[in-house]
Amino acid sequence: MAGRESEAGTREGAGRRPVRVLVAKPGLDGHDRGAKVVARALRDAGMEVVYTGLRQTPETIAQAAVDEDVDVVGLSSLSGAHRVLFPRVVQELRKRGRGDVLVIGGGIIPAADVAALEEAGVRAVFGPGSSTSEIVDFIRKALAGRDRGEVVGEE
Amino acid sequence: MTDRPRETERTGLREARRRWEEKTLAKVLARRPERRERFETVSGIELERVYTPTELAGHDYLRDEGFPGEYPFTRGVQPTMYRGRLWTMRQYAGFGSAAETNQRFRYLLEQGQTGLSVAFDLPTQVGYDSDHPMAEGEVGRVGVAIDTLADMETLFEGIPLSEVSTSMTINAPASVLLAMYIVLAERQGAPLERLSGTVQNDILKEYVARGTYIFPPGPSMRLVTDLFAYCAEHLPTWNTISISGYHIREAGATAVQEVAFTLANGLAYVEAAVAAGLDVDVFARRLSFFLGSHIDFLEEVAKFRAARRLWARLMRERVGAKDPRSWMFRFHTQTAGSSLTAQQPLNNIVRTTLEALAAVLGGTQSLHTNSFDEALALPSEESVMVALRTQQILAHESGVADSVDPLGGSYLIESLTDRIEAEAMDYIREIDRLGGAVAAIEKGFIQREIEDSAYRHQKMVEDGTRTVVGVNEFVTGEHKVPPLLEVDPEVEERQRRNLAAVKARRDAEAVRARLEALRRAAQEPGAPLMPAIIEAVREYATLGEICGVLREVFGEYRASAAQG
Repeated sequence: MAGRESEAGTREGAGRRPVRVLVAKPGLDGHDRGAKVVARALRDAGMEVVYTGLRQTPETIAQAAVDEDVDVVGLSSLSGAHRVLFPRVVQELRKRGRGDVLVIGGGIIPAADVAALEEAGVRAVFGPGSSTSEIVDFIRKALAGRDRGEVVGEE
Repeated sequence: MTDRPRETERTGLREARRRWEEKTLAKVLARRPERRERFETVSGIELERVYTPTELAGHDYLRDEGFPGEYPFTRGVQPTMYRGRLWTMRQYAGFGSAAETNQRFRYLLEQGQTGLSVAFDLPTQVGYDSDHPMAEGEVGRVGVAIDTLADMETLFEGIPLSEVSTSMTINAPASVLLAMYIVLAERQGAPLERLSGTVQNDILKEYVARGTYIFPPGPSMRLVTDLFAYCAEHLPTWNTISISGYHIREAGATAVQEVAFTLANGLAYVEAAVAAGLDVDVFARRLSFFLGSHIDFLEEVAKFRAARRLWARLMRERVGAKDPRSWMFRFHTQTAGSSLTAQQPLNNIVRTTLEALAAVLGGTQSLHTNSFDEALALPSEESVMVALRTQQILAHESGVADSVDPLGGSYLIESLTDRIEAEAMDYIREIDRLGGAVAAIEKGFIQREIEDSAYRHQKMVEDGTRTVVGVNEFVTGEHKVPPLLEVDPEVEERQRRNLAAVKARRDAEAVRARLEALRRAAQEPGAPLMPAIIEAVREYATLGEICGVLREVFGEYRASAAQG
């Protein structure tokens, strides 16, 4: 286990290619300081990161995730639209046969909404004050689990 | 006045300081080293152990500070400042429907707030109606949804526009919302020449920090200066723009970058307006600014003073404006949302108080204090009340409003003021070399500088170099969540129904004709746009229809994803 994770940011079973992450801003929210900081921290951790830019729809995000063949989609919203838009991204991924992608989220997300998001297939929510290393660790653990056969996306 | 006595004084001072360092300081340092090797402001400016007149060797009182109400306005834009009139207490508010926001406005006015500040939802800010597919999940979330003049009528019901000053945080479609306000004022019988308020109308910072752009920079600048021209003629007391550093700072910029990028954008607007044939001494007096007040108290006080002085110097010396009112940097301040924590939210009251105090000591003209629950949700009625009371305590109990620029003359404050001004000017020169603010934005320079600072700050919080109480130190296990505001999930549906009803009862033929007139105006380079927009709004053309016509003529801006 320790050996498997010693290669920072790489995943087993796919020829050790780096973990690929899509950082996405669904909806009209223009606050992307957090998204950009997380994107950069994941890059520094050895992952390959694609940032979508602002104003993406769930469809364009899911399609980009397929096209970029990512392992992880990180969603960010500070506008309150997460309730509608995050679950829609999960659905759109499943429609495209990529329910296996690990979907995580962040932004201004009231604690009361977290359970519903998790129910909808968002695996973790990182609110204000989260450290980027927590996010890196979570992704590594979840993907290591997936490589052992655990389900990280669709149940 | 010769330099000789000053020189002697300085030599004496240097000797005295050397003696202090050797005799008094060295002993203590040997016994107990300081807490840190280097003390830095949150923006990375290194602070001296102690400031004395030595640090102000090149500083000249009359040249660099002067008297309040006089060039270079370091000590304030008014000679009496808050002794004459307190700053405007202006809480940004808006959520859900126009009717709910109207209630919040009336509540705030009853509680002694002195100006209104409208927050619009995101579909409104990017020119989509509530029934647009991109609006799904966003209607009424971060502000009020406005589709047509009918919503504006509801928003201000029972509020006489001749008696309030209203600030509208609206940028890309600023002309449309101002047009609605104008038509509403006409119907209320309020004289346009006395309408008081502000539209943010600052598109450049949308490209770098806030994200609610619609059109490319060229046509956007035309809309901005078109609004300047219309107001110069018809709304002489309206603030035509609020050139905003707040969002730049919130996106991660340092204090120096906030001043530099804000003033560089300001110069770009001034130059565009002059190029469009406007007289600087007619429009410049209606320019206003908007800065953040962050948590590093002393740095912030100095920042406000530095911005005021630098703008005065740029407008007088570089632009050549003659009217002293054109030199005045009048600004609104908001305390820093990004300094608030979701953990131990009551601590945010203290942070906001410090930030508000810095803004007042920095000479702000108006102030929004954040509510303590804003890292969790939109503010509740109770938290908004505490935020407003914070300002009232500063104004009426603390005594800080009773003498002008009370920190002026502090060795540290003056030294930091000089330094922030000088470093901001270095940035402005660099932006000039890149071809000005618009070119620097198109090249991604300003965005990259901000992102680098944001990342550096995050690293410092994560490695513990910078303490955030309750987040990376002094952490308590349990999270007590205060009662939060819930936006009614039915708002979106209700707003769509209202919009359909307005569309059904308006004169469709008149709307079509007005939109075509607007299209023709937009297609003709340099033709005035405001009159055509006002006529369209009057017939209840929707915001989305008006912006739709302009989208077809002007095109849409797309940020390159590579800038991530």
